[in-house]
Amino acid sequence: MSGGEFVVLASALLSLTFWQFVVITAGVYAIFALGLQLQYGFTGLLNFGHIAFMAIGSYTMALLINKTHLAFVLNLGFGHLSVPATVSAALIAIVVTMAFGLLVGLPAIRLRADYLAITTIAFGEILRIFILNQDFTGGPLGTYGYGREFLGFSDTVTARAHSVGIELGRDRVLLILVWLAAGLLTLFLWRVVRSPWGRVLRAIREDEDAANALGKNPIAYKLQVMALGSGIAAIAGLFFSFQILILNPSSFEPLFTFFAWVIVLLGGTGSLRGVPVGALVFAFIFAGTRFFGFWPFSLLQAPDRAAVRLILIGLILIAIMAFRPQGIFGKKEELLLDR
Amino acid sequence: MGPAMNEVVQLTVNGLVVGSLIAISAVGLTLVYGILKIVNFAHGDYLTFGAYMALVANVTWSLSPILSAAFAVLATLAFSVAMEFALWRPMRGRGAGTTSLFLTSIGVALVLRHAIQWAWGPESVRYRIDVFQSYDLGLFRVSLNQVTVVGASALLIVATGLFLSRSRIGTAMRAMADDPELAGASGIDRDRIVVYTWIVAGALAGIAGMLLGVLRASITPNLGWFFLLPAFAAVTLGGVGNPYGALAGGLTIGLVMELSSLVVPFVYKEAIAFGVMILVLLLRPQGLLGKARVL
Repeated sequence: MSGGEFVVLASALLSLTFWQFVVITAGVYAIFALGLQLQYGFTGLLNFGHIAFMAIGSYTMALLINKTHLAFVLNLGFGHLSVPATVSAALIAIVVTMAFGLLVGLPAIRLRADYLAITTIAFGEILRIFILNQDFTGGPLGTYGYGREFLGFSDTVTARAHSVGIELGRDRVLLILVWLAAGLLTLFLWRVVRSPWGRVLRAIREDEDAANALGKNPIAYKLQVMALGSGIAAIAGLFFSFQILILNPSSFEPLFTFFAWVIVLLGGTGSLRGVPVGALVFAFIFAGTRFFGFWPFSLLQAPDRAAVRLILIGLILIAIMAFRPQGIFGKKEELLLDR
Repeated sequence: MGPAMNEVVQLTVNGLVVGSLIAISAVGLTLVYGILKIVNFAHGDYLTFGAYMALVANVTWSLSPILSAAFAVLATLAFSVAMEFALWRPMRGRGAGTTSLFLTSIGVALVLRHAIQWAWGPESVRYRIDVFQSYDLGLFRVSLNQVTVVGASALLIVATGLFLSRSRIGTAMRAMADDPELAGASGIDRDRIVVYTWIVAGALAGIAGMLLGVLRASITPNLGWFFLLPAFAAVTLGGVGNPYGALAGGLTIGLVMELSSLVVPFVYKEAIAFGVMILVLLLRPQGLLGKARVL
């Protein structure tokens, strides 16, 4: 490695901007994986096409902002509140994505686990090929420009905070928002899985026939979970859109779904606190190692480091399955894998 | 006016070429699925491994295409069998279930694909085989690489069919894929058949990978991964665990993919194949040829 490159890498390692990027990435992954944790960890659904729902959420919001300038106006009785176009589009995007979750689940949810996995990954690929080859999505060139209002909002918040002596900036505003959302969603799901509704989910996961015999329709519950998990994937997609600021089909490859799987399995199947922890560990390994300038990473050229990172992720996945299938926080009794 | 006759013929030829490759990739996938209950997501990357092993033989060592193919087959089946002893057998010993094995195979796929990328780089590489010569046969044109792939695949399909129907091992493999408990009760040595299954899956993946590299005239670390879902489509079409079904399913998927471009833009041909797979899983999960029974 040349001296100049080393300096760049060393400063990247120490740079706050870079670590903020890693933590934002971890927040997006955490939200994305929470949806999968609900579907797999608590209900036993083998969803391998989770990325499709993140793509639907991202593209729906971006295209609504770019093409319609649509914004809700709420009538509060004593006056009107106009909702910003970005928030309106984001809300519609979540609802649309949940509808797609239902739509995919309606025929597929009855399939046995491995067939559901293959069906959902195939759905994700069909969607990606569709996005890639349509004009209205921007095709391979992508969709961009939707982030203007959000960036303006970040700048306003930064300026207000500055006037009271707090230094933020665009990245830090996004970081706070994404982890706020991740925290709230974790708490929300924590309540959900302890509610009577959530107990039925676990009953279905443990013994579908028994739940059925008690008068709970497993299909209806699974469909609700499919919709809810898809909505959560859409929320991850919204923050992801604001992080990358240009949507491109290559950002929504099946590999991304497997990242969520690694996070869920790392944190522990059926463990909600395991998800943010798993996401931070994953983002540290995946994004963080990109700029490691010290041995043994210093022996590798940049493209090789990209390959080695994914080898590492694969080895972690194999190691979890072989040695600690319950993950960091999971309980062995709650393991779904051995059926 | 419908499409010109020679266009239909040309697409049919192309469909049979790619379909025969999907077919020989799908046989190994379906046998492993049926016999070991492993949904092997690394199977596509076994193809890639074969393609790069042939590259080493053909380009680095300057061996002939035939010898390169032989080396790709041997290396890939050795890898496939080594994985059985290093990973799959110990995991079965721990009582790992279908989902565990499925997820483990994704890990194997990631490691294998990116190890290949680390070793040979992400750039496209080629064999030292002249593949661009083509022949005009009146109704349609074929290129030398298409002839090679069709000829080799046809031989392999017949050989695989004969092996499965005539040999003792092939019969035992089909019996195990069909009903492992019944097969075990009738005195078939499970562990031995498992090793033979990996040999067949690895050998066919090795040669399919090389042929895919010849057909595409370009080899990248993603070569086999992109072939995995079409191969799964063939597996589901033929019924999981049914090797004859996988052969027929592969040819069907190849034809459907190519002929679909008469109706929809050709960029959607993979999407069409995946759509067919989803429909089969939803409507006839036992496959088009399979008998309905409780799954």
